[in-house]
Amino acid sequence: MKMRAKLKGDVTEVKVIISHPMETGRKKDDFGALIPAHFIQLVTTTLNDKPLLEMQWGTGISKNPYLTFYLKGAKVGDTISVTWHDNLGATATQDVAVIQG
Amino acid sequence: MQRRNFLGLIIAITATALLLPLRAVAAVWNKAAFESSKLDEAEKGLAINGETTSKDIEIIAPDRAENGAIVQLEITSRIPNTEAIAVFVEKNPTALIGNFMFSNGALPQIVTRIKMAETSDIKIIVKAGDRYFTASKNVVVLENGCG
Repeated sequence: MKMRAKLKGDVTEVKVIISHPMETGRKKDDFGALIPAHFIQLVTTTLNDKPLLEMQWGTGISKNPYLTFYLKGAKVGDTISVTWHDNLGATATQDVAVIQG
Repeated sequence: MQRRNFLGLIIAITATALLLPLRAVAAVWNKAAFESSKLDEAEKGLAINGETTSKDIEIIAPDRAENGAIVQLEITSRIPNTEAIAVFVEKNPTALIGNFMFSNGALPQIVTRIKMAETSDIKIIVKAGDRYFTASKNVVVLENGCG
């Protein structure tokens, strides 16, 4: 995951890029076999462990998902955390500190 | 034999440990809504009914997308007490793209990238309390991005 959280005025802008194939389960490989569905289903975000934006995703989110979201109430140095879970049981969490934008 | 049993036990424990979070995720994820091929069924899966058109939902997306695999989409809701934003693409094989739920100071504004199979309306539904509001934007898609 690549993450950045910038405080601009009283709003913090958080940008996230996740490396993930986001396979729909409808695509075929070079030999004509279906590539099994493999996609992120849940994404949770927190500010200093308090839940912020929570997402449920389907196969319609693009490969290597990109997300920008915004929040009020964060200060420089606060911790923003993002966790994702996919349909095959894989998961990842990453933290980033809020910086002055 | 004992060693084989021990290995079996380790495998069983590992499998259980891996399965538990997967089950928890499966319990939360709205399978019925996400696997619906029809827009109205997907809406029903999210318990959406009687949405009214609103000018307070802003959708920024291209009028024409060369490649449907990556269509950048920005949504802002100016509806007070927005709790969730659901994104649908009417003509995709499965209509529901994602549901974004806000709390504790998260602002009802997101930017993300979605897949579009063909020219279609992007339909946004905002949940505010018990009420639902909607806005749509048509995007012309030149190349199928759903594979």
